[in-house]
Amino acid sequence: MNLWLIPFFPLIGFFLNGLLGRRLSKPLVNLIAVGSVAASFVCVLVVLSKLWPIDNTYTEHYFTWIQSGFLQIGFDQMLDRLTAVMLLIVTGVGLIIHIYSIGYMAHEGGYYRFFSYLNLFMFFMLLLVLAANLLVVFVGWEGVGLCSYLLVGFYFREDWATNAGNKAFIVNRVGDFGFSLGIFLAVATFHTLDFGKMAAALQGMPAEVGFGALTLIALLLFVGATGKSAQIPLYVWLPDAMAGPTPVSALIHAATMVTAGVYMIARMSFLYNHAPAASEVVAVIGVATAVFAATIGLTQNDIKKVYAYSTISQLGYMFLGVGVGAYSTGIFHLMTHAFFKALLFLGAGSVIHGLGGEQDLRHMGGLRKAMPITFVTLLCGSLSISGFPGFAGFFSKDSILLAAYGHAPWMFWVGAITAGMTAFYVFRAFFLAFFGTYRGHHHPHESPAVMTLPLVVLALLATFGGFINIPEFLSRSYPLGYQENVGRMAISAGFGILGILLAYVMYVAKPALADTVKNAFGAVYTLIFNKYYIDEIYQAAIVKPLEGISRFVLWHGVDEGVIDFGMVNGMAHLVRGWGSLFRRMQSGSIRNYATWVLAGSLLVIFVLGLVGGGR
Amino acid sequence: MNLLLATLLLPLIGFFVLLLTPRDSKAPFGVALLTTLVTFIASLGLIAPAAENGAQFRSAYDALWVDAPGLQIHFHVGVDGLSLWLVLLTTLLLPIAVWVSQTMITERHKSFYAFLLLFEFGIIGVFTALDLFVFYVFWEVALVPMYLMVGGWGGRRSGPAAVKFFVYTFLGSAFMLSAILYLRSQAGTFDYLEIMSRLNAGQFVLSPTQQLWIFLGFFAAFAVKVPIFPFHTWLPNAYTEAATPATFVLAAAMSKMGTYGLIRYCLTLTSAGAHRCASWVVVLAIIGIIYGALIALIQPNIKRLIAYSSVSHLGFVVLGIFSFSHQGADGAVYQMIAHGLSTGALFLLVGYLEQRRGSLEIGDFGGVATPAPGLATAFMIALLAAIGLPLLCNFIGEFLVLQGAALTRFSWAAWAAVGVILSAAYMFWMYQRTFLGKTNERTASFVDLSTRDWVPLLPLIVLMVWLGVYTQSFMPPITSATSHILDQTNMNNQYQVKLVLPAAGKLTELAHAH
Repeated sequence: MNLWLIPFFPLIGFFLNGLLGRRLSKPLVNLIAVGSVAASFVCVLVVLSKLWPIDNTYTEHYFTWIQSGFLQIGFDQMLDRLTAVMLLIVTGVGLIIHIYSIGYMAHEGGYYRFFSYLNLFMFFMLLLVLAANLLVVFVGWEGVGLCSYLLVGFYFREDWATNAGNKAFIVNRVGDFGFSLGIFLAVATFHTLDFGKMAAALQGMPAEVGFGALTLIALLLFVGATGKSAQIPLYVWLPDAMAGPTPVSALIHAATMVTAGVYMIARMSFLYNHAPAASEVVAVIGVATAVFAATIGLTQNDIKKVYAYSTISQLGYMFLGVGVGAYSTGIFHLMTHAFFKALLFLGAGSVIHGLGGEQDLRHMGGLRKAMPITFVTLLCGSLSISGFPGFAGFFSKDSILLAAYGHAPWMFWVGAITAGMTAFYVFRAFFLAFFGTYRGHHHPHESPAVMTLPLVVLALLATFGGFINIPEFLSRSYPLGYQENVGRMAISAGFGILGILLAYVMYVAKPALADTVKNAFGAVYTLIFNKYYIDEIYQAAIVKPLEGISRFVLWHGVDEGVIDFGMVNGMAHLVRGWGSLFRRMQSGSIRNYATWVLAGSLLVIFVLGLVGGGR
Repeated sequence: MNLLLATLLLPLIGFFVLLLTPRDSKAPFGVALLTTLVTFIASLGLIAPAAENGAQFRSAYDALWVDAPGLQIHFHVGVDGLSLWLVLLTTLLLPIAVWVSQTMITERHKSFYAFLLLFEFGIIGVFTALDLFVFYVFWEVALVPMYLMVGGWGGRRSGPAAVKFFVYTFLGSAFMLSAILYLRSQAGTFDYLEIMSRLNAGQFVLSPTQQLWIFLGFFAAFAVKVPIFPFHTWLPNAYTEAATPATFVLAAAMSKMGTYGLIRYCLTLTSAGAHRCASWVVVLAIIGIIYGALIALIQPNIKRLIAYSSVSHLGFVVLGIFSFSHQGADGAVYQMIAHGLSTGALFLLVGYLEQRRGSLEIGDFGGVATPAPGLATAFMIALLAAIGLPLLCNFIGEFLVLQGAALTRFSWAAWAAVGVILSAAYMFWMYQRTFLGKTNERTASFVDLSTRDWVPLLPLIVLMVWLGVYTQSFMPPITSATSHILDQTNMNNQYQVKLVLPAAGKLTELAHAH
C-alpha cells in the first residue's frame, strides 16, 4: 500500500504547472491539474477498497524527519475511518472544483499559476489529513495557509487582494502561535507527538479536573483552530479572503481548509475527552461564533460575503458538535457543509461569471430564467444549509443540535434560532438574485457545461448526502453522543422553514418591507452592517499601537537614541577623551590601523610557523 | 595531505596567487573562483570522517608551532559535528560571493577578491581551531578583511559603519583575549582539548567566580559578533551600507562566529559561568527576537529590514544554546546553517533588486512580480524559509530551539514564539509593497533574473528544501556533538560544586614538566 501516492500526485502537478506551465497550452495545464487530483481520488478509492472495512488504524512510516534527544518525529501517515471520510471529501469535492475552475478561470491571466497553487493546496491538505503525528499535521496546516495566502492574493496587482492575503496569513500565524505552543507542551507532557502513542498514554486515565497540562494543551491547540477555522476572535480574515477567485473560496475557504480545525479536534478527541474544561470552551466559542456570524450575514450585500459569514457560522456549529463530545456529528456536518457550501460558492461563481463579475446582490434579480441550472442547483444548496427536512444539512445540523441539547439545553436553543437566521439570510440572497426583476446592466447568461455539471453533482450530494450516515460509520471510534428526538428535530427544522418564509415575504411578496425593517432597527442595523466594527477595533487597538511603538519608541527612541547614540557613541566619546589611540581610530586612519593588525597577525603566523618548523 | 589543512590553507594560497595577478583582467576573478571552488570540493571530504562520530574531532592536525621556554603553542585544528556544517556552509557561500561580486562590485575587484579569500581563511580557522591562541588569531584574521570590505565598497556612509563595526568587535575581542590569557595562566596550556581533559580529570579547577569572569570575557566578544541585544547597533549600519557581497558573507557566515564560540567555549570551559548567566542571556535573546522583529516591521529600507530580521533570527540561536537542552542546542546549530542559507539568499536577491533599481527604499518599488516573476518567486521561497515555513530549513531550527526552550521553561518559548508571528508580518508587508501591486514607471522595465543570476541561487534553494525535508543528512553529527558538549557542561557544572580549588600543586607540576 502506498499512502504517499495520494498527496504525491498533486505535488507533481504543482511542479509541472509551476515550472513549465507558462509554456504549456491550456488543455495541457488542465490535464495536469485535473488529472493529478483525479489520480489521487482514484488512489483514495483503491486504498479504501483494499483496507475496507478499515477496522484498524493503518500506518506507514517513511523516514525519520526530526531526531533530537528523546524526541523522534517520523514522516508518517495513517489511515482510519476518520481519515477515510476526510480523504473522500478533500479529493472528491476537490476534483469537482478543479473541473469547475477550467470554465471559471478560462479568461483569467495567470491560468497555470492558479492551477499550480491549487494543486499545491491539495498536496498540503492531503498531508494534513493523512498525518500520523501532530507535527506533520502542522506541516499541512502551515502549507494550506500558504496556499490560501497565494490564492487569496491571486489578483496580486490589486491592493484589496494582497491586503486580504496578508491578513489571512498573519491572523493565521497568531493562531499558529497557540498551536505551536500546544505542540511544545504536548512534547513536554507525552514525549511524543504520535497520535497513537499519545492516546495510549491517556488510556484509562481519569479526565482532568480543573485546569492542568492537558487542558492547557487542548486550549492552545484550539487557539490554532480558531485561526484556521475562523472562529471568534480570529475569524476576521475569512470574509476578506473572498478576494480570491470563487473556486478558491469554495475549495479552501468553505469545503476543506477551514474545516481543518474541526478535523484536528476530532483527531485529538482522546485529549479533549480528558480535558472537559477545554471542550466546554470549544463548545461555547462554537455556538457564540455561530450566532454572531449569522447576525452579520443578515445584512451583507455581497453574495460571497453572505456565504463567507455563513461559513463562519456553520463552522461554529461543527465546533459546537465536537465541543460537546459528539465528534462524529461535527465531522458529519463537515461533510454535508462541504457539499452544500461548495455548491453555494460555485453557484455564486456561476452567477458572478454570468454577470461579468458582479457580486452585489442589489444589482442582480430575476436570474432564474437566464440561469435555470444555477437556479435549481442553488435552490438545493440553500434548502440544504437551511436544514429543510430531507436535505443533507438537516440531518447533520440536527445531530449536532441534539447532542448540544444533551450537553446544555441553552446551546440547543441558540443553535436552533441561528438555524432560523441562517435560512433567512441564505434565502434572502437567493431571492434577491433569482426573483424579482433584473437590476443590473449585463446580459445574464447560463454558464458552460464544465461549470454547471459540477453544480449538478454537488446539488445531488447536498440533497441526498445526509443519507450517508457518518455518525454510524465512525461509531467505533466516536460514541454516537445524541439521541433521536422528533420533537426537537421539528423545532429546529421549524425555525429554518420560518426563516425561509420570512425571507420570501420580505424579498419576494412585499419587497418594501425589507427597507421598513432596516429603518426600524436603525443603529442596531448600522452596527451589524459594519460587522460590529471588529476590524476597526483590531486596527486601532493592536496594529496601530504596535506600529507606533516600533517606529517611535523602539527604533528612533531606544535603538537610535538610547543604545546607539547614548551608550555606544557616548562610550566612544568618553574613550576618545582618554586616549590618543582611539582618537586616531575615530579620525579616519583606522584603515591603516586595521592593515597593521592584519599584517601583524600574518607576521606572527609566519614567524611562529618558521620557529615551529625550524625545530 | 590532511584534508582539513588543505581546506584551511587553499584560500591563503589563493590569496597569494591572486596578489600576483594583473589588476585589470579576468585573472583575479578566475583565481578567486577556482580557489573557492576547490576549497569547497576539498571540504566535502570532511563530511565522511566527521559524520562517523560527531562527538570527536576528525581530520585533526596538530603541530607544535611555538616552542619557546614556558610557552608552547600548538597549531591544532579539527572538525567535529558542530564545526562540520559551519565549515561547509562557509566554503559553499564563498564561491557564491565571488560569483556575484563579478557584477555587484563595480571597482577594485582584485582587492575585493583578495579580502574574500583572506576572510575565508580566517573564518574556517575560527570554526576549526582547537587551540585558544590559534582561535584568537583567526578571529582577528577574519575581522580585518571584513572591515576592509565593508568600508572600502558600498554606500556613501559605509566608512563610518565599518569603523563602528571594527571598533565594536575589536573591543569585544580584547576582552576575549584577556580571558584566554587568564585561562592559560590557570590551565597551563592554550590547547582546548588539553584544557578540557585537565578539567574533566580534575587536574585543575576553576572556581565559580573565575568561571564567571572568563565567561564574561568570552561573552563580550561573542555577544558583539552575533550580535545579542543591546550590542547590535553596529549591525544595521554595517549590513545596510556594505556592498551586497560583503553583506552576504557578513550575515550568512560571519554572524555564526559568535554563536559558534558560545557553544564551543562558553558552554564547556565555563559551564558554571554559563549556567549562572543563562537567565539573563536568555532574556536578552528573547528581547532581541521580539525587538528586532518589531523594528523590522517599520523599516523603510529592504536591506535594513532584513538586517533587523537577522537580529531576531540569531536571538533564536542564542536562546537554544542557553536553554541547556538537547533540542535547544541541536536547533541552535541547525538554525545557524539555516539562517546562513535563507538570509544569504535574501541578501543576494536584495543585491539583484539594487542592481536593477539603484535603490533599496521599499517606496521606490512596487509590482516587481509582473515584469520579473522569477525574481519574485525566488524571493518568495527565501522569504518563506526565513519565516520558518515547514519543509524549509529554518523551521527545523526554530522548532527545535523553541521546543528545547519550552522543555526548560515554558514561558521562554511562549515569548520567543511571538517573534514567529511578527516575522510573517514584516516579511509579507515588505513583499507586498515591493513585489505586488501595480508597477511604477521605474519597475515596469525590470529585467528578470538571468541564468547567471540563478546560478548562485539554485544551490541555496535546493539546500533550503533539503535541510527542511530530510534532516537525517545533516542532523546525526550535530546531535552527537551537542550531546557531548552538553554532557561536558553538566559534568563540569557538577564538578565545580563538588570540588573546591585543590590541585594547585599539580598545576606547578605540570608547568615543570614542560
